[in-house]
Amino acid sequence: MTGDYEDGNALAGPLSEIFTVDLTAATVRCVHCGMAGPVATLRVYTRAPGLVARCPGCEEIVLRLVRTPDDAWLDLRGTVSLRIPVDTR
Amino acid sequence: MARTAVSRRLTWRVARLAETREETATARTLVFDVPGWPGHLAGQHVDVRLTAEDGYTTQRSYSLAAPADGDRVELTIQSVPGGEVSPYLTEVLSPGDPVEIRGPVGGWFVWRPADPAPVLLVAGGSGIVPLMAMVRAHRRAQARTPIRLVYSVRTPADRYYAEELRRSHPGLDVTHLYTREAPGGEARKPGRLTIVDLNAHGWPPDFGPDCFVCGPTGFVEKAAGILVNLGHAAHKIKTERFGPSGG
Repeated sequence: MTGDYEDGNALAGPLSEIFTVDLTAATVRCVHCGMAGPVATLRVYTRAPGLVARCPGCEEIVLRLVRTPDDAWLDLRGTVSLRIPVDTR
Repeated sequence: MARTAVSRRLTWRVARLAETREETATARTLVFDVPGWPGHLAGQHVDVRLTAEDGYTTQRSYSLAAPADGDRVELTIQSVPGGEVSPYLTEVLSPGDPVEIRGPVGGWFVWRPADPAPVLLVAGGSGIVPLMAMVRAHRRAQARTPIRLVYSVRTPADRYYAEELRRSHPGLDVTHLYTREAPGGEARKPGRLTIVDLNAHGWPPDFGPDCFVCGPTGFVEKAAGILVNLGHAAHKIKTERFGPSGG
């Protein structure tokens, strides 16, 4: 898979429909290769039914987001964990 | 974020075009009034949604071009020939006309004036837009951190914000790189960004600068690769790519 992708920054708007924290700054760990990095650095393919975010290390799918008129489907089976910065001030 | 702030999911707001400025023959800055705008950080973006009379909707993401200023929101939009959204926004939309805006979004590719590290901004083409928001935020806050902008464009006529960047301000260094055609007197031969350019006009890695790179995917990968080769830590390099969904 090469070319024709955006980065995880493009997930910020669609994810903001679901979550109240910004997930693009969260650290995501890939199931397939174990690499961890900001969601903002995932490779996002938009020419699919929904958004497909792949690991920049191994190109496997980390998360998928599909929006229907009434629901948002978030498929996280490629994600080990999401470490989300929590502002406790 | 204040503890008392009520968490909420983002919703669409009506924005009305207030004024426009021409940046190049094909790029235009649109200033919108967005009542109740919550403010934003330099580097963040918004989603813009258009709805046709028959109910068809389409949306695009655009970077904010200027720091928060009350209810005012500025976007600079490159008109993509044959595009579905950008020609409408840059050529048809008139002052007073509404669009819907959702944002601000994105919390990773952001710069705050209180950040202590020197800053290196590397822009390719219209990738200048979120970096210009950082330049303007730096100027408005009179930040003491030094900031360097390396801005790669095809020709002098393709420069956004040309007059404003020529004036500069204390603490800001601007270098233009030309890939196709340089102005007279320019010593550097037109060409794509190289390690020599970022070695000469960036910061030494020892200074621990925060690096922001924005542009088309190929440009971003090249620039980020050069920065890593120069010895910058990967976590100090933040990137934002323009993808294929434009238009």
